[in-house]
Amino acid sequence: MRPTSLTEVLEAVRATPKLLPRGGGTKAALSTPREGQAVLDMTGLSGVLEYDPAEYVLVALAGTPLAEVEALLARHGQYLPFDPPFVEQGATLGGTVAAGLSGPMRQRYGGVRDFILGVQFVDGEGNAVRGGGKVVKNAAGFDLPKLMVGSRGQLGVLVELAFKVFPSPRATATFKVTFERLEPALEAMHELASSPLEFYALDLETNPATLTLRLGGQPEALPSRLERLRAFLGHPPDTHTLLMEGEKEQGYWRFVGRLEWGHGYLVKVPLQPGKIAALERDLPPGIRRYVAAGNLLYLNWLDAAEKLDSLLKAHGLCGIVLRGDAYPAVKETLKSPLLGIDLEHSFARRVRAALDPTRRFSLDP
Amino acid sequence: MNPALSELGRIYPPERLLVQPGQLAPYESDALTAFRARPLAVVLPETAEEVVQTVAWCARHKVPFVARGSGTSLSGGSLPVEGGLVIGLNRMNRLLRLDPKERVAVVQPGFINLHVSNAAAPYGLYYAPDPSSQPVSTIGGNLAFNSGGAHCLKYGMTSNHVLGAKVVLPDAEVVELGSQSLEAVGPDWLGLFVGSEGLMGIAVEVTLRLLPKPEKYHTVLAAYDSLEKAGNAVAAVVASGLLPGAMEIMDHLAIEAAEAAVKAGYPMDARALLIVELEGEAPEVEAEARHLGEVIAASGAYEVRVARDADERAKIWKGRKAAFSAVGRLSPDYLVQDGVVPRSKLGQALLEIERLSQQYGLRVANVFHAGDGNLHPLILYDGKVGGQLEQAEALAGEILKLCVGLGGSITGEHGVGMEKKAYMPAMFSEDDLALMQRLRRALDPDELANRGKMFPQGTAATGAPRHSGPHPLEQAGLLSRE
Repeated sequence: MRPTSLTEVLEAVRATPKLLPRGGGTKAALSTPREGQAVLDMTGLSGVLEYDPAEYVLVALAGTPLAEVEALLARHGQYLPFDPPFVEQGATLGGTVAAGLSGPMRQRYGGVRDFILGVQFVDGEGNAVRGGGKVVKNAAGFDLPKLMVGSRGQLGVLVELAFKVFPSPRATATFKVTFERLEPALEAMHELASSPLEFYALDLETNPATLTLRLGGQPEALPSRLERLRAFLGHPPDTHTLLMEGEKEQGYWRFVGRLEWGHGYLVKVPLQPGKIAALERDLPPGIRRYVAAGNLLYLNWLDAAEKLDSLLKAHGLCGIVLRGDAYPAVKETLKSPLLGIDLEHSFARRVRAALDPTRRFSLDP
Repeated sequence: MNPALSELGRIYPPERLLVQPGQLAPYESDALTAFRARPLAVVLPETAEEVVQTVAWCARHKVPFVARGSGTSLSGGSLPVEGGLVIGLNRMNRLLRLDPKERVAVVQPGFINLHVSNAAAPYGLYYAPDPSSQPVSTIGGNLAFNSGGAHCLKYGMTSNHVLGAKVVLPDAEVVELGSQSLEAVGPDWLGLFVGSEGLMGIAVEVTLRLLPKPEKYHTVLAAYDSLEKAGNAVAAVVASGLLPGAMEIMDHLAIEAAEAAVKAGYPMDARALLIVELEGEAPEVEAEARHLGEVIAASGAYEVRVARDADERAKIWKGRKAAFSAVGRLSPDYLVQDGVVPRSKLGQALLEIERLSQQYGLRVANVFHAGDGNLHPLILYDGKVGGQLEQAEALAGEILKLCVGLGGSITGEHGVGMEKKAYMPAMFSEDDLALMQRLRRALDPDELANRGKMFPQGTAATGAPRHSGPHPLEQAGLLSRE
């Protein structure tokens, strides 16, 4: 099914007992149907509906590719401050909200939950409803737009979304500093995050322990800010630093946003920075990136998902598989993309039941 | 004492279970003084467990309840339900934990907003949401109403700074929403709870996110001979690609009143004043300040002042922050609205408000958050003159409809509460409201939690609006409405 209008979405929802909405399909673990689910391909509902750069607000249909949105914003010197991943691979606005994904630049102003302003969606009873608004500040009614962040299509089919957008920094520069061990890197990450220095990105990679810091702002201020940053880090002799600017720098971040790390599961793990040291002692070597000063981990996992599930539980963490599979040697079918501790509670159960009483959008009966 | 009340007496000692008319009187109203209702009783819990037991008591006896902090709600959000229970949370005012390294603070709901920043200050941190009530309003109330402030365009509202909450649901079950991380897996349940105006339960423990204090501020005051020019200046600042922390406008009536009240040294002949504040890393702010200077210079301001130090900055803000209560002194009573319009419609909205003001014969002063299009028209009236309150309310209603008509919202930060519930249908369809009601009933089938608020068809027996003068806290100078 590929609806091209709200009416067709309403018809499809009413006519289909088990339904999985899908945007660009870039998060296969979230958009691959399971037992009896019909896929609702939302790419037919695409296009920016309202955008006045002076308002810092953009309204678009949920199936609009992020690349289209970002290109339009860039022509007016603006951007999506939550920095969604998978732009180049074809991710859509709706899929990004449903998966609840933000990227490294969420460090500066916040994640997708902080920038979503309004939503229109179709609930489990086949009604189209709206929540939030199309202005940058609004406190009327329940905050349904935020509720939809991370809802994976289980609370409704997203049709239209409104976001706050911001002016892009006029110039950016990226500074990489490598440490001999994880501990000093973590210490530096804490200190930088608590300092008045402002970063568009504050990422940690672990092999070797490397901080990647993105500065942005007025071009004439960047040299002195970089100098202050070097001084803040104390020019330690055992660190290696690398500065990137211009097209090379932009290209680097586009590459990071692809999160393409070869074989294995790609897993999102929310966490707090204080948990990183212990987690790192238990994680096998591999590719991973802690973004937003240690609040979000994107992890490549080569082994069985079950093992990661136990590991995350042991650390009191949860995670969600976005795509990929275990290394070919280990064949398994994921029962659920959710890993680690169970976050379900009666608030969640009751809200789900209110929005989707016949469990049209959930797997279990 | 009725038998149900005597059960409450087993939870609370007499000094924390208020039932006498004299004890109840201070709780009959909040900062929306036009409404008043007499509760059955007020309880003052000191622990989360007492809140749980109290809510369980309410659920058992089907007694509606209203949780209340300092009672600064401007939308009547903490107005009691007639004959219901008020759960006063001011005694649950402890800072449970402050972790400077992880930059979080865990507080009880009665903890005062400004005290969070005070506690964080020794570590160079602060709590960003700054409603003007922040010296008295509590985090619990801020959470329930998703409070705003002057810095929302850049930093967001309360919801963007709350990481987690332990919540007592209306059937007394306790759930943990959110976590200590900025990120999450699964629907943003906490995001739904924040701003639900007390209809989904009571937060008894709240985890807040702290930010490093900006290194430098650059505060500019520009005077204009028309409101339109000030509005255009805001548009020019935005078009320049700058993202100031705050942009505020005051009109002539507000300037006059503020000046008379606090002598901020504002240019008295100005038809409009614009305050723009940049903040952040010093070299960046210095570079931005040069660009801002060019934009303001080209905006037709006839006088521009730049704060040279913290004192001058404080003085510029002092007038702005005092403007509300100052305008209030010009008149026996006033109503405050907080509708939002798209920024490009500000000029149109202000002209229309001026026309309405003349039509109704009521003075309206304007002080507003220009950066995010959040208007704050103050409608001056005299409640002792028959019919004026009703006229003022009708004028307020027209302003709300105007905001929605221009593509905005009926409330930017004060919430719907009692005051604006009749205008929800102007913004949301029947289906939208039905779904919100369904959500609410899924959590609270008997509609016990803050019954009668937010939804237009509120079933509660709540007091009708009547003239009642300024709030006691306001008279004492502790509270300003904004």
